[in-house]
Amino acid sequence: MTTVAQPTTEVNASTPRPESIRSVSVWRRRLLIGVVVAYAALLILAPLTALVSGAFAKGIGASLTALRDPAVFSAFRLTLYIAFITVAIHALFGTTLAWVLVRYRFRGRWLLNGVIDLPFAVSPVVVGYMLLLLFGRTGVLAPVLEALNMKVAFAVPGMILATLFVTLPFMAREVMPVLESFGAEQEHAAATLGASGWQTFWMVTFPALRWGFIYGVILTFARALGEFGAVLVVGGGIQGRTETLTLFIYRALDERQYVGAYSAALVLGLLSLVLVVGTELLRKREK
Amino acid sequence: MTSITPPLTTQEPPRRAPWGRWGIQSAAWTYVTLLLLIPLTVIFQDGLKGGLGTLWQSISMPIAWSALRLTLWTSALMAVINAIMGTLTAYVLVRYKFPGKSLLNAIVDLPLAIPTLVTGVMLVVLYGPQSFIGAWLKDQMDWRIIFAPPGIILALLFVNFPFVVRAVQPVLQSLDLESEEAAATLGAGSATIFWRVTLPALWLPIASGALLSFARAIGEFGAIVIVAGNIPLRSQTAAVYVFGEVESANRQGASAMSIVMLSLAFAMVLLVDWLRKRGRKDTEE
Repeated sequence: MTTVAQPTTEVNASTPRPESIRSVSVWRRRLLIGVVVAYAALLILAPLTALVSGAFAKGIGASLTALRDPAVFSAFRLTLYIAFITVAIHALFGTTLAWVLVRYRFRGRWLLNGVIDLPFAVSPVVVGYMLLLLFGRTGVLAPVLEALNMKVAFAVPGMILATLFVTLPFMAREVMPVLESFGAEQEHAAATLGASGWQTFWMVTFPALRWGFIYGVILTFARALGEFGAVLVVGGGIQGRTETLTLFIYRALDERQYVGAYSAALVLGLLSLVLVVGTELLRKREK
Repeated sequence: MTSITPPLTTQEPPRRAPWGRWGIQSAAWTYVTLLLLIPLTVIFQDGLKGGLGTLWQSISMPIAWSALRLTLWTSALMAVINAIMGTLTAYVLVRYKFPGKSLLNAIVDLPLAIPTLVTGVMLVVLYGPQSFIGAWLKDQMDWRIIFAPPGIILALLFVNFPFVVRAVQPVLQSLDLESEEAAATLGAGSATIFWRVTLPALWLPIASGALLSFARAIGEFGAIVIVAGNIPLRSQTAAVYVFGEVESANRQGASAMSIVMLSLAFAMVLLVDWLRKRGRKDTEE
C-alpha cells in the first residue's frame, strides 16, 4: 500500500516547484531552438548565400555573359539529353520492376528487392570505374565493342549508363508504395469483367499510380542533372563532346573562371531545387 | 439483371497465360542485372583476381592507407556530430512550436535537392582562400578549412544532414507523451526524463540514421573533390584516391580501394537493415 501512496506525496511535495520548472524549461527551450537554428543556418544557409553572392560578385551582367559561353550551352544540352534518356528508360523499366516486386511472389524476390537500394551506397567514382572495366579500352567487352564499332567509354552511351546506375532506386521506390496501397482488387475486378492485361494496366492501374510515377520521374530527372563523379570518370569530361554542366563547373573552377563556375553552379542548384521542392509541394497538396 | 451479379462475383479471375508473367519478371531481372549486377561483379572479380594478399598490398601502400584512414575518421566524426545535431533538430521540430519552424523543416531537405558538386562549390566560395572568412581564419588563427579535414567534415555534414533528422522525427512523433509525463509526476527532472525515458526509445533510429550517413560518406566525391582538393597524404579521401588511380591507369590500386569502399558501405547498409528488423520485432512483442 505504501508504494501506491508514495507518488501522491511526491506530487504534493512538488506543487510549489512548477514555477521554477517552467522558467527553466522556457530557457532550455529557447536554448535548444537557438542551437538548432544556428546550426542549420551556418551549415546550410550560409554556404547557399555565399554562392549567390559569389555568382553576382562582378554584377549580374558579368554572370549572364559567362553563362552565354557556348561551352555552357553545349554542356547544358548534353546534361538535358542524358537526363531525358535516363528518365525514359527508368520510367518504363522502373515501373515494371515495381510492379513485379509488389504483385508477384517468386524465388529471389528478396534479392531483387535488396539490390535496388545498392546504388545509394556505391560511390559515384566507383560506378564510373566499373563501367570503364566493362567498356574501356582494355575492358571485358572491348572486343565486342570493337567488332560492332561502338564507343561507350569516353562517350555519351557510357555516361547514360552511369546515370542510369546512380538513379535506379528512385522510380521503383516511388511507385512501389503507391502500388501496395492501391491493392490488386480493382485489377481483379477489371479482369473479371473481361479486360485484357493491357487494358487493365492503362485504364485501372496506371491512373491510380500516376502520382508516384510523376514523383519518380521528377526525382530521377533532378538527380540525373546533378550527377558528377560517375560521368566524370566514364566520360572523361572532354570539352564539347562529353562535358555536362557539372563537368563544366569543375573545369571552370580548375581554370579559375570563378564567375562562370559559380553562375553555372547557381543555375544547376536552383534548377534541382525547384524540381525537388516543387514535387514536395505537389505531394503535400495531394495529401 | 440481378441474377447475373452473384455468379460474376464468385467467379475466379480468368487465368492469364503464364508467359506474360514470365516475360514481365524476366524484363525486371534483366534490367537490374545489366545495370547493377554485372558492373558490380566485374569490379569484385577484377580486384580479387590476384587474391586477398594483392588486395591488402595495394591498400597498405602509404598513400592508399592514409586516404582510407582520412575517409574513415572524417566520416565517423561526421556521423557522431550528425547523430547529436540531427536528434536535437528532430526534437525541436517535433516538440516545440516557434516562428520559422516550417522553414527549418524545409531546410532539412535542401541537401537532398542540391547536387553534391554544387555543395562543394558553395563551401569553397564561403571558406576558400579568396573569401573573407577563409582569409581571416588563415591570417588570425592559421586555420584552414578548405583543402583540409575541417572542409571535408563540413561537406559531409551538409550532404548528410537529412538522414538522422528524418529517421528520428517520425519515431519521436509516434512516441506517446504518457511515459514522459509519468516520469515527471514521479518527480524526475527533465534531464533525467530525456536521458532515461526519451533517448532509450530513440537509439534505434539515431543509430540507423548515423550508420546510413556513414555509409554514404565513405563514397562521397562531388562535394569533397572541390573542398579537399587532391593532396595525397593530406586531404585525399578514398573516393578521390580511386579517381586519381583511374586517371593514372593504376587498375590494381583503383580496384582494391573500390572493393574496400563497397564492402564497408554494404556492411553498413546490411547492419541498418538488421537493426530495423530487430526494432520491428521489439515493437511487435
